[in-house]
Amino acid sequence: MLQLFLLLAAALFAIGLYGALSQQSIVMIMMGLELMLNGVTVAAGAFWHYLAPASVAGQVILVVVVVAMAVEMAMGFAVTTAIFRARDVDMTDMAADLKR
Amino acid sequence: MTNVVFWILAPLAAASGFMVFVFNSMARATIALLVSFLASGGLLIWLGLAYLGTVVILMMIMEMVIMAVFMIAYMMNPAGLTQMSMYHNKRGSLAIGTATFVLLAAGIFAAPWPHRAGRAPRDPTFQLGTALMGPQMLTMIVLGVTLFATMVAAVVLATHRGRYDRFGDDLKRRPPADPVRGGVDG
Repeated sequence: MLQLFLLLAAALFAIGLYGALSQQSIVMIMMGLELMLNGVTVAAGAFWHYLAPASVAGQVILVVVVVAMAVEMAMGFAVTTAIFRARDVDMTDMAADLKR
Repeated sequence: MTNVVFWILAPLAAASGFMVFVFNSMARATIALLVSFLASGGLLIWLGLAYLGTVVILMMIMEMVIMAVFMIAYMMNPAGLTQMSMYHNKRGSLAIGTATFVLLAAGIFAAPWPHRAGRAPRDPTFQLGTALMGPQMLTMIVLGVTLFATMVAAVVLATHRGRYDRFGDDLKRRPPADPVRGGVDG
């Protein structure tokens, strides 16, 4: 059963990676990163349950990942706001263009 | 029962996660991501992590609400309901994503996983709380400081530059960037 959970985590991570690499919109890239972290939460939960439930390490890793998700989302929205204010763009390809 | 819950929630989490990047409407993509997180949170609850699973579910509901607001604010099509395609290097990304999955899957089935050590505590939430307020206090402090730094940095980044920023970040911009020319030193 552990392998099945880890397979799900790998699938979520890979899908998120595909999204983060293929999307142009900053908000959509953030969705990809969120999915990657979602895969890590599933893997951490499975490790805790199937390998070392007596140890709290698995749960602590999960808390760290949840905080990483919050930080990623907050900074992503802040960067989107800053770049939209400065350049009026919300796409990475447009943001990469040199400013006139 | 064990397998039934897994085989309902796991494919739902993966499929809705994939649909995020298939839908050509941002609104549908956001709902698909929320469904993926609800399924993953459900799996965590089913694994015995009731508190953390609930935290993930509640946090993701709030994040998707905020994301919807941002979508309306910044996207070129209000409410994100108009169809659109915003990809770059789709084939390369698909190849990298697939290769990552194959590599991870190979590792998952090749690794000699150890047997389960110990028994789950009667209350995993109590186990987590006791650890965070005891041996894992340093982790908790680091996470707290990180969140605080994030709040400050996010506010600084997102705040509109006011009249005190007219000389630029290094205070060397001449003439100053005034909305209406003719100010002091302008």
